[in-house]
Amino acid sequence: MTEVTIDMVRKRAEADAKTYGYHLVPDPELLQAFLEGLKTNEERYGYPSCPCRLASGKFEYDRDIICPCDYRDPDVAEYGACYCRLYVNKDVYEGKQQLPTVPERRPLEKQSRVYTATAELKETTAAAEEKPAAAAQEKTEETLKTKPKLWYCKQCGYVVFRDDPPYICPICKAKREMFAEIKTRIDFIG
Amino acid sequence: MTKQFLKDNKVEYEYKDVDLCEEEDKQKIREHIQSKGGPLSYPTTIVDDNVLITGFRKDLLKEALEI
Repeated sequence: MTEVTIDMVRKRAEADAKTYGYHLVPDPELLQAFLEGLKTNEERYGYPSCPCRLASGKFEYDRDIICPCDYRDPDVAEYGACYCRLYVNKDVYEGKQQLPTVPERRPLEKQSRVYTATAELKETTAAAEEKPAAAAQEKTEETLKTKPKLWYCKQCGYVVFRDDPPYICPICKAKREMFAEIKTRIDFIG
Repeated sequence: MTKQFLKDNKVEYEYKDVDLCEEEDKQKIREHIQSKGGPLSYPTTIVDDNVLITGFRKDLLKEALEI
């Protein structure tokens, strides 16, 4: 495995902030603590899960909290910062707005799973061995619960598949209001 | 950062790195935090067994510790 360095984690976060029109928290001590947390998690789990949340170590349970997490965009839009406050908006970065306290948006059921992850996974594996088809179907249903949709940017045509439209278009920087859902209908012929 | 802050202010504290805990301990910690009405978020600091502070909030820590 490639060695993870603070510099790598920092560069990745900076690049991501730039793409989405965000900034990293200006307090150097806080920033350093978050970057170290991300580094630790990446070394431990193999992916940089959120430094402020408890990860299960099972990818399928932690997918939504891999930084940048699924909740970052709505949180920055609503509060001016993500849950950790690693990513902030321009006003917070420039000190025009105080660093906010961001409530947890991640559903409690997903948080709770962390505490029983190992036991649950064992059950799932056992069930999968007995009834592979049923387990597969269960999994599909679970995936469908999050209901990601196709969104397109009315300004530049960028298309993204996720629960909510992005806060800012990563291509042309258009605001969220410029995104519209694409309703698809797939017909199978022949 | 919370640990450093407490150390710098010479506050006596006990800690548990929840991410490195065994499953059983995680469960206990979860129940303990939830019984105090806190969200399952870290760091969580409990001052004198009654004030619960979520996140590294210097202002709240100072207020609760009267420093």
